[in-house]
Amino acid sequence: MTLLRVEELDCRYGLLQAVRGVSFELAQGETLALIGANGAGKSTLLRAIAGAHRPHGGRVLFDGVDVTSMPAHRRVSLGIALVPEGRRLFPSLTVEENLRVAAARRGRWNVQSVLEVFPLLQPRRHMAAANLSGGEQQAVAIGRALMSNPRLLLLDEVSLGLAPIVVDAVYRSLADIIKEGTTVLLVEQDLTRALNVAGRVICMLEGRIVLEGEAASLDRDRVVGAYFGLKQPA
Amino acid sequence: MTIVNAVVQGIFLGAFYAVLACGLSIMFGVMRVINLAHGDIAVLGAYVVFVIVQSTGMSPLVAFVVALPVMILLGYVLQLTVLERSLKSGILTPLLATFGLSIVIQNLLLISFSPDVRSLGGNAGAITTSSWQVTGGLSVSALGMVILVMAVLLFGALQLFLSSTRAGWMMRATAEDADAAELVGIDSRGVYARATALAVAIAALGGLFLAIRSVFDPVSGPTQLIFAFEAVVIGGMGSLWGTLLGGLALGVAQTLGAHINPEYSALTGHLLFLAVLIVRFGGGRLSLRMAR
Ligand SMILES: Nc1ncnc2c1ncn2[C@@H]1O[C@H](COP(=O)(O)OP(=O)(O)OP(=O)(O)O)[C@@H](O)[C@H]1O
Ligand SMILES: [Mg+2]
Repeated sequence: MTLLRVEELDCRYGLLQAVRGVSFELAQGETLALIGANGAGKSTLLRAIAGAHRPHGGRVLFDGVDVTSMPAHRRVSLGIALVPEGRRLFPSLTVEENLRVAAARRGRWNVQSVLEVFPLLQPRRHMAAANLSGGEQQAVAIGRALMSNPRLLLLDEVSLGLAPIVVDAVYRSLADIIKEGTTVLLVEQDLTRALNVAGRVICMLEGRIVLEGEAASLDRDRVVGAYFGLKQPA
Repeated sequence: MTIVNAVVQGIFLGAFYAVLACGLSIMFGVMRVINLAHGDIAVLGAYVVFVIVQSTGMSPLVAFVVALPVMILLGYVLQLTVLERSLKSGILTPLLATFGLSIVIQNLLLISFSPDVRSLGGNAGAITTSSWQVTGGLSVSALGMVILVMAVLLFGALQLFLSSTRAGWMMRATAEDADAAELVGIDSRGVYARATALAVAIAALGGLFLAIRSVFDPVSGPTQLIFAFEAVVIGGMGSLWGTLLGGLALGVAQTLGAHINPEYSALTGHLLFLAVLIVRFGGGRLSLRMAR
């Protein structure tokens, strides 16, 4: 069953066209990795799906409903959650307040179950988010998105700026979340990780999709070529 | 009048300024808007209470409770019709919009109520006249105490709301990052509307105190705005307890000035405000200029 359908999406910042005619589908339970060089339009695409960026053209359908002009907070109540680039926690709120303020839909996830998946947060529960380490902040950012019990989880570069060992921990938690059946669309700079965690991969270049395929069937060289926009040898 | 008495009267006066400043501080803290019509909204609140008192003969405090829903509704309407649009177009537009609103309110009040000076002091009964003579030079008025206690309760309640309720967290989250707040399911438009409604309601409380403790007319607003603005800046913009302390400091500065010479009252308040401005913001700019 198709959970998310993006049709001919166009996103602009003034004259700059960040996303150009992007179309793809995401099935329920699928994990899709979105890769591409800096400035390819990945974050803009994710923000447009979440409702934080009003697209210039095209449509976003979630579970058959056209959500293109729906404000972000209403998409959250339908089941779309974005972990934004740069984490964007509420700095003066404590870890627990950051989580509880985001409890939009009932379900498996609550403060307790989030703290179980991210045990590193347990002792930080009553600390202001501003005083957390990068890894802890990222855990709160993911936990905060989970608090709305999303059907579609959008993750934008969750490993950015974290030590490799912390990234491993974050991805182990993600694997659990994916196993629970949450549909995931993630942006990841680390190709190996992207190919490992995702069933399917989309590669963007200058706002367009240049390569799309099953993670298992793609060979690394083709992906790298698409990533940098190199011409494929015939 | 002894110095001690001047300070005590200054605290009472400052509590009034703190209430006036509270709504201004909320709107600045949540939306980064400086509402230039804030003083006029307070005066409008005073007139609404005045009309209710005139037509029903109730006590001004009871009339304020009746006026409260009207003011809250006004706050919502103000946000959704005027402020929300202006917020989308940069930082100058809300200033212009609220400046225009200020003129509109003043003129509507002039048309409806004439330029006559009014007061509700005579309708408030014993609290405006009773006072305790503590020592020879120190007297504590009942009205001063009522305003001080209500100011402390108001700021305490707001603090509790912001720190311990989910609606309060939603307001803080939106204030800190409206975009991220939307992404976790918070209706930022709704939060803004609630913040403005709250600010307008508290402005009306300031208007009530103004009307009871002194006099008001259709163009009293800008003066109230200046005192409120000074209290907010002295207390550090956008901080709630800071605003309470800023109001008290402004009140004490004014009564101490008046203690030296009654003509210095407003002046010493302005001087404190300027001193705080220079210390807080001026230093950096001054050194930048010198470096150039
Ligand atoms: N707020 C903005 N205003 C103007 N231009 C923007 C804005 N955000 C992004 N852009 C531009 O849009 C294009 C796409 O940016 P986007 O952030 O979506 O890319 P990205 O693939 O996420 O890149 P990165 O890997 O660096 O995060 C870039 O050229 C960028 O400079
Ligand atoms: Mg990005």
